[in-house]
Amino acid sequence: MATKTKSKTTESVVLKDYESVIIFTPVLNDEQLKDAVAKYRKLITDEGGELVHEENWGLTKLAYPMQKKSTGFYILFEYRSKPDFISKFELAFRRDERIMRYLTVSLDKHAVIYNQRKRNGEFNQGKKDQKQEGAK
Amino acid sequence: MPEAPQKKKFCRFKKNGIKYLDYKDANFLLKFVNDQGKVLPRRLTGTSLKYQRKVAQAIKRARHIAVLPFTGDSLK
Repeated sequence: MATKTKSKTTESVVLKDYESVIIFTPVLNDEQLKDAVAKYRKLITDEGGELVHEENWGLTKLAYPMQKKSTGFYILFEYRSKPDFISKFELAFRRDERIMRYLTVSLDKHAVIYNQRKRNGEFNQGKKDQKQEGAK
Repeated sequence: MPEAPQKKKFCRFKKNGIKYLDYKDANFLLKFVNDQGKVLPRRLTGTSLKYQRKVAQAIKRARHIAVLPFTGDSLK
C-alpha cells in the first residue's frame, strides 16, 4: 500500500512491523491527549505506513517516578512502515515535550502473531500462561 | 540432601510452545525476577539459553517503559 511519496526508492518498499509505546505526561487533559495522539496517528499514515492497532491504556501508574511524576498516559501504536520512517518518528517524540518516554520495537513474526491473538482475546487462560491471566 | 529425587527443571517456553515474550505483561515477567527486581539466573528458573536471552531483553524493555521497576524492596 504505497502512497506516492517522492523518495528515491519509489516502488516496492518493504513495510516492516513496529510497535511504539509512548508515555505522555499526566498533566495533559483529555483534549490535549487526543490531539497529540491524532498527530502521531496522522504521521504514521502520512509517511506511507499502515496503522495496525492502537491502544490507550489510560492513566497508568509508573513503576518508578519519572520526571517527578508517578503516573502517565500510555499509548500503544502497532503499525507497518518503511524502516527509515522510524528515525523521523522518534525525532518527533524527542522534540515533543508532552512525551516523557517512548519505546519503539520492531516485531518479528512471532510477535505479530502474538499481538493478533491477544487482540482477539485468546489469552484468557490459554497458551501464554496456565496459572494466571494477565490482569494489567 | 533434602527430598532425594529432585524434580528435573524444564524450560517453560519450550514446553508450552511460547515463541514471543511480551514486555508489556508485567505479571508474567515478574516470575523471572527476584523480589529486588533482579533477573533470576537460568539455574533457578530452568529457562533454556535461547529464551533466557529473550527474558532478559523483555525485562529491560519493561523497565524502560516503567512497567517493571529497576529496583524494589518487595515486588512479590
